[in-house]
Amino acid sequence: MRAFTYQRAQSPAEAAALAARTPNAKFIAGGTNLLDLMKLEIETPAHLIDVNGVGLDKIEGTPQGGLRIGAMVRNTDLAADERIRRDYGVLSRALLAGASAQLRNKATTAGNLLQRTRCPYFYDTNQACNKRTPGSGCSAIAGHSRNHAIVGVSDECIATHPSDMAVAMQLLDAVVETVRPDGSTRSIPMAEFHRLPGKTPHIETTLAPGEMITAVTLPKPLGGKHYYRKVRDRSSYAFALISVAAVVLPDGTGRVALGGVAHKPWRMPGADDSLPRGGKAVAAQLLAGAKTTHENAFKITLVQRTIESVLAEAKKA
Amino acid sequence: MNDLSQVTLSRRELLIAGALSATASAVPSIGAAQTGNAAAAQAIAPVSAKVSFQVNGEVRKLELDTRTTLLDALRENLHLTGTKKGCDHGQCGACTVIVDGRRINSCLTLAVMHEGAKVTTIEGLGTPGKLHPMQAAFVKHDGYQCGYCTPGQICSAVSALDEIKQGIPSHVSPDLNARPLLNATELRERMSGNICRCGAYSNIIDAISEVAGSAA
Repeated sequence: MRAFTYQRAQSPAEAAALAARTPNAKFIAGGTNLLDLMKLEIETPAHLIDVNGVGLDKIEGTPQGGLRIGAMVRNTDLAADERIRRDYGVLSRALLAGASAQLRNKATTAGNLLQRTRCPYFYDTNQACNKRTPGSGCSAIAGHSRNHAIVGVSDECIATHPSDMAVAMQLLDAVVETVRPDGSTRSIPMAEFHRLPGKTPHIETTLAPGEMITAVTLPKPLGGKHYYRKVRDRSSYAFALISVAAVVLPDGTGRVALGGVAHKPWRMPGADDSLPRGGKAVAAQLLAGAKTTHENAFKITLVQRTIESVLAEAKKA
Repeated sequence: MNDLSQVTLSRRELLIAGALSATASAVPSIGAAQTGNAAAAQAIAPVSAKVSFQVNGEVRKLELDTRTTLLDALRENLHLTGTKKGCDHGQCGACTVIVDGRRINSCLTLAVMHEGAKVTTIEGLGTPGKLHPMQAAFVKHDGYQCGYCTPGQICSAVSALDEIKQGIPSHVSPDLNARPLLNATELRERMSGNICRCGAYSNIIDAISEVAGSAA
């Protein structure tokens, strides 16, 4: 690990201002992904700003009937919150499908959104990776790509976003709230928060330098039945091959989002409208324009069947 | 570490000193070559910081390199070697300790981030003369073979039962809004962050189930 200076921020605005004026600074919250990457010198900050003491650890009701989740709320606390379990079950389920209890006890809401891909070529510093070292190439495209993305990919990067939580938040039309170094705030819809790789896979979100997430806001509850079905190589403590997040309303309409298929949580505008026509139709909309490799083409069928399975369960229940 | 050469070193201390100095000198050159990161040019000298936290009820004040993980502070600075380093990347759970009542991977957190915290390690759960019920159950049920993952398994198991008691659901809980059940399926899921390469899983679940049964 590279040496770094360390300081504790007292408020979100102070943290953002510090991050903007300190060269090569990073926020540290739970640290479960950042320290992993710092040990491998994939992340090499010269200064860490500890944001664990800035507050932002509450879940509060909004005037619109939704919930405002503080950036520092731990994954365990979010998953276990009574309101989340009752009204946003898909979010609770997604969180509980991710990582281990130890990691969820540390990992934060903001950090979960900002975690980086687990592409093995990103992690192996001897391999080419445009995300780790821009312009160096992509070893994944011709390499072992079983876990990689099938939609929204580019010739520069086929990495997936690893978060389960973010898939549920995208499904729920959550909004990311931030504070900028000048103290101003803004709201970024989840759909616009993560970027597709394009020619700049190292730029993963629409956050500006120094901008800090303060909360994620959920709109008022949708009702209906909530599902998060994660398909993976072992039944616990593994990243998704694919995942399906869905809310199905009593009249058969609803929403579907996918994880494990793209550089960001994946939704398509037409897909939800196809829901009454069945899983095949929904999958066709979600995966339009898919570009697979010789190793991950199976994900097309897996997505379709998993959506069908979730819809069948919704019908039965 | 230079002043250590003036005193008699145990084999263990010598290994530690060697590893630390090798790390320090290797950082700038190897790091820069491997990552090709522009930030490598800005590499800075090691920085130390003070931190104070309670470990097993005792206040400990330390001055550490900021890079020191909680795991390394416990093992290398406080010589509490019960907590084990397995993968050092949060994948195996051997380093599990309980901080402010919650189990965490001590390898994925910095010691300086724990000012004022209360840390419980395997040494703080019980003693050879007075075992914690979970320790006694692991012995009774042979919940290990080589024993390397065991301190992490035991800390994790104690917290897992506490989490069930608090009503925290898991991936396998059938109803998110009901009290979580206390059965083997739940325990297996809740213990999935602790890997045992010897494969003592079934005995581990037996040990935890026994403690859970008597606690219920």
